[in-house]
Amino acid sequence: MTSMLFKLLFTFSKIGLFTFGGGYAMIPLLEREVVQGNKWLSMKEFVDIIAIAEVTPGPVAVNSATYVGYRMAGVLGAAFSTIGVVLPSFVIVISLASLFLRYKDTPSVKAMSGGLRAAVTAMIASATFSTAKACLGDVQDVVILGLVLFAILKMKIHPIICIFVAALLGIALWGGMMLIPGL
Amino acid sequence: MVPLIQKEVVDAKGWIKAEDFIDILALAQTAPGPVAANTSVFVGYKLAGIPGAIWALLGTILPSYMVILVIAIYFVRITDSAVVNAAFSGIRPAVVALIASAAINIGRMALCDLKGVGISILAFIAIAVAGIHPIPVILGSAVLGYVFFREDETSTLSNEIDCEQQDLSKD
Repeated sequence: MTSMLFKLLFTFSKIGLFTFGGGYAMIPLLEREVVQGNKWLSMKEFVDIIAIAEVTPGPVAVNSATYVGYRMAGVLGAAFSTIGVVLPSFVIVISLASLFLRYKDTPSVKAMSGGLRAAVTAMIASATFSTAKACLGDVQDVVILGLVLFAILKMKIHPIICIFVAALLGIALWGGMMLIPGL
Repeated sequence: MVPLIQKEVVDAKGWIKAEDFIDILALAQTAPGPVAANTSVFVGYKLAGIPGAIWALLGTILPSYMVILVIAIYFVRITDSAVVNAAFSGIRPAVVALIASAAINIGRMALCDLKGVGISILAFIAIAVAGIHPIPVILGSAVLGYVFFREDETSTLSNEIDCEQQDLSKD
């Protein structure tokens, strides 16, 4: 139990330390550590957590940490994971804040940020492919994907609304059959 | 979450001056970790030292901690329900679309010059095709950024501005 708690703390500290750009950019890292490495979750469960994190308050990284921690080791596990994911922020911001403010406009720091920005784009693109591989099974899935993509990019509809509409579509498409006896 | 913090800390409480908040935001976005966590640590630290940072951080993560805990406790039980399962069958492709749209939006902003595109493609191949762990890829991209962007600092900057203007004119 204690070793599990420290494993959660360590794993989520690692994730917090290498989360740049926030939000979806840390998905490949979480996927590698939580889904592939420790096998704490399946890829589908992981996507479910992203959806839950999207409709609840708080950063996605923190929400995922709390959820995974609880699943692995209860309330204490949730606490250790959550502290783990924000621990690097705490240490780095406090110890390097003044240093950073002095050097943030230097060519070296700006050049490295440019490289990180490019990496963040690649991380989110890679997250798109790995979640698509796990979640797109039939034509209906692809139709929902296309509809939501259009709603967000062209109609600028809020992601939370898209998730609720997709849930209703899911119930209409897949829930109805279960209610009809014999099917 | 950041606009909310700004409204509260700068406008409502007057704890931080608007121009200082811009600095805080720059740090929060560049430093590793969730932006909201970084922002709250910095604001708390500025106002009341390390205890201030601790309390500010706890205040930021506690609400979502409680909400997710309640969901986690009940989620496993409700996934046995056929309706919830069907709803999540619809939600999963929507999540893929959310991530894809984020990739498209951020790509439009970040990939303004060929060097950036090159680093992105390399990083993508490394993670998605070659299966390399994201941590060395992130570190490698920072090194590549240092090598490629350092000498043409001014030209990169002007490219960025061009790119953002293009993006605005599209909408």
